[in-house]
Amino acid sequence: MEDKNQGSDPKKTKSITRRSFLRGAGLSTAGSVLLTTNTFALDYKEQLAAGKEFGPEAMTIKMKVNGITESLSVEPRTTLASALRDHLELTGTKIVCDRGSCSACTVYLDGKPVNSCMMSVFDVGDKEITTIEGIAQNGKLHPVQEAFIEHDATQCGYCTPGMVMSCVHLLDTNTDINLEDVKKATRGNLCRCGTHPHVFKATLSASKKTT
Amino acid sequence: MNKFSWYEAKSVEDALQQVNSTVSEELYQHTNKATVFKSGGIDVFDWVKEGLLQPEKIVNIRNIPGLDKISYDQKKGLSIGSNVTLEEIASNPEIKNNYLALHQAVNHASTPQLRNISTLGGNIAQHNRCWYFRSVDHQCRRKGGDRCFARHSETGENENHAIIDNSSCVSVHASSISTALMAFNASVVIINSEGEKKIVSMDDFFVSPAKDIGMENILTAKELITEIILPAPSKNSRSAYIKEVARESYDWSLADVAVVVEVSGNTCRKASIVLGAAAPVPYRSLEAQQAIENKIINNDNAVAAAKAAMAIAKPLAKNGYKVPMFTSIIEQAILQTT
Repeated sequence: MEDKNQGSDPKKTKSITRRSFLRGAGLSTAGSVLLTTNTFALDYKEQLAAGKEFGPEAMTIKMKVNGITESLSVEPRTTLASALRDHLELTGTKIVCDRGSCSACTVYLDGKPVNSCMMSVFDVGDKEITTIEGIAQNGKLHPVQEAFIEHDATQCGYCTPGMVMSCVHLLDTNTDINLEDVKKATRGNLCRCGTHPHVFKATLSASKKTT
Repeated sequence: MNKFSWYEAKSVEDALQQVNSTVSEELYQHTNKATVFKSGGIDVFDWVKEGLLQPEKIVNIRNIPGLDKISYDQKKGLSIGSNVTLEEIASNPEIKNNYLALHQAVNHASTPQLRNISTLGGNIAQHNRCWYFRSVDHQCRRKGGDRCFARHSETGENENHAIIDNSSCVSVHASSISTALMAFNASVVIINSEGEKKIVSMDDFFVSPAKDIGMENILTAKELITEIILPAPSKNSRSAYIKEVARESYDWSLADVAVVVEVSGNTCRKASIVLGAAAPVPYRSLEAQQAIENKIINNDNAVAAAKAAMAIAKPLAKNGYKVPMFTSIIEQAILQTT
């Protein structure tokens, strides 16, 4: 399989992160680090303009993520998951199966859970993305996140962000949940460690606290 | 994925001007110069990620206005736009009340995340899941090769494959929703690049590999599905859908059945029985239909209909279990309509 970092120019020149440190230290083969600005970014109207062709080369587009309008240089083949992780360094979203089968890459598109690995970043348009980084508010974890810690609902942790996204969405849309509801909400989320029973307990417990 | 350009289609006509190949044609011919449609894109991106489809351009039809409506009328029946998502179908109360088997089939299909992306047009036009067909290392007949790897009596991994009509390609159709749609006598509305509209029954929409190995349905590159229509259910009609899978949470169907019957009292007047994951295309079991029509719906008659359906089955080396599995779910689904 190809490198998952599809599309060129992963950017970010912010403060030093673990990633940028590794990249700078030559442990990664990432190429140019490019500063992108809003100046040349297409606005949403242009991005969504019907009857237009985009790509195949990279172009700068805008995308609303966790309430912030970001600019990023991407190709049509760049998946939303890759855009979030490699271009915006929002690495909470995990790519595991990369085929829509495990839902580790779950984000919200206008509030609805979707697999970010199976969408082009050009599918997003003016819709708003929420990632796991956008779930905690003002530095305070969401009750579901608290409950995951309390009930030991993580093992290796790769499925956890996707699990949390599914469970938070369930609580956002249904205030009176039972075990079947949690099973249904997380049916797409695959946990190879088998921590599902703890996820169920945590979500049911969080539901009692939020209602 | 390979580099491709992206075209945002304004209208059905505009999209049809752009496209030059169906995915099936490109998988068979490998020109690497194809321009193909995508709506939700789940099946198309799957092929591109595997490197089996290397399109030059993808035409996004997801945002074409007017293809995302569900409308129901007691007399006219149901219309579902091709861009309606599976989640919108699953949560529609009129579909649940009037087309229960379709509601059940959609609810059993896929994951919440994929259901928010996948569209009905894409679901019925998706390609089969045979692992040899989807493998870059296996040049099977569907991809212009000269053999079927799944069929081989010793080395073929064919536990998920066809038990009926399996003389050519032995794959099974991937859309379990189509099983229910066909049982409700649904039709597909197709528009071509000349702007002409045709309405094709689901029974005629899918193409058996014995007829044409390079196609899974009748669509050509110059045609696009705009809606799927279902006749109004009669007052005395009942329906049921059952799907067997390896994992309870979600999985591709091992065996599924949709039954729609018209009854007077306990007697079945008309039956529509369709099997999914039995044959390369959704399979209408005329045998089961004939066996139950004008009979009282009871245990003995349901068993007889299920056995009639399976009398023609010719399992491969590793999928013999499907025969008792189908026998059981056909019987149960018929009984659930009472």
